Amino acid sequence: MNINATLIGQAIAFAIFVWFCMKYVWPPLLDAIEARQKKIADGLTQAERAGKDLELAQAKAAEKLKEAKAQAAEIIDQANKRRTQIVEEAKSEGEAERSKIIAQGEAEVEAERNRAREELRQQVATLAIAGAEKIIKRSIDKEANSDIIDKLVAEL
Amino acid sequence: MAGQGEALTSSSYIQHHLTNLTWSVDGGWNAHDAGFWTFHVDSLLVAVGLGVLFLWLFRSVAKRSTVGVPGKLQCFIEMVIDFVDENVKDTFHGKNALIAPLALTIFVWVFLMNLMDLVPVDLLPHAAQTIGIPYLKVVPTTDLNVTLGMSLSVFALIIYYTVKVKGVGGFVKELTMQPFNHWAFIPVNFLLEAVTLLAKPVSLGLRLFGNLYAGELIFILIALLGYWQLPLYFPWAVFHILIIVLQAFIFMMLTIVYLSMAHEDH
Repeated sequence: MNINATLIGQAIAFAIFVWFCMKYVWPPLLDAIEARQKKIADGLTQAERAGKDLELAQAKAAEKLKEAKAQAAEIIDQANKRRTQIVEEAKSEGEAERSKIIAQGEAEVEAERNRAREELRQQVATLAIAGAEKIIKRSIDKEANSDIIDKLVAEL
Repeated sequence: MAGQGEALTSSSYIQHHLTNLTWSVDGGWNAHDAGFWTFHVDSLLVAVGLGVLFLWLFRSVAKRSTVGVPGKLQCFIEMVIDFVDENVKDTFHGKNALIAPLALTIFVWVFLMNLMDLVPVDLLPHAAQTIGIPYLKVVPTTDLNVTLGMSLSVFALIIYYTVKVKGVGGFVKELTMQPFNHWAFIPVNFLLEAVTLLAKPVSLGLRLFGNLYAGELIFILIALLGYWQLPLYFPWAVFHILIIVLQAFIFMMLTIVYLSMAHEDH
């Protein structure tokens, strides 16, 4: 084992290899690695941002949903109120109609009764006159007593 | 396997496994005592081959790399890149385009060279012998020249960046005015700091070499046991998986630490 020119040969080879490595091997590989690192970091931040956006959108959607529910409840409430109102109105209207019809009926009945009474009175008067006529036919002058008859009729 | 014509003894077997295939400017192939201008052809070829494999693999992934969903291979490569990048960022706080690719190259390349240790010790040398190559040492990091070649390169970078960041004056001051900030202590300081400075590349290279050399030697010794090698080979290989990754990591980490020290003022 002796030191000889192999040492120089090895040193030259070493220098050439290091030069080649520095020129053609190291930069492209490290660039690729660093570019990928950057890409991954960008992707991660983007994913994070997308997650935040999603969260925000979800919160918004929940809020909208709550709003819509409240609105729906309000509408239903209003509808219910309106319904009771309509029913109440219809009820009172019906009541009014009923009392109107009853009043009309009563009035009609009254009118009919008056008419019948009038008729009856006429007939009774006629009958009374006829009866009286028959009773006092022979002696009493019809003309002389007609004022008494009329008085009677008016009293009926 | 022993060399041609030699009796197969334990020592010759080990000796053969620890001999490099050499070529020297003066003596040609496998000359004895060929002087400084000798090359360990096997170490260099395996090392360069593995380095090219590493760069080809990473380059092909880099060319096809996409920012979108990565494939499995790209995932794996990016894991390695990210691991190295994290370690560099934890330790080195300046701005330097060289440190991270340097650390990556060291980590993967040293790991691949160490990984050759897990190839059964006889497989490649024996195959080489049958096609006429007498010696083949397949683990480059068991060659002191290889580890020192790398650690001395790192040392050159340490000095370069120290001078670049702190100036020549700062470098000299660092060597002479620490740890005792008084002119009278300059010789003592220099002695201490010079040892500290020189210990960095030496320890860096020797640590890797020593670990892998010892590991390889134990593999060779296990291989000598005949049938008994099988139950022993497996646990040592499993343990060695830990060592080869750990040593590659330590080499990388210390390089980063030394270079970050070179960048920082005390």
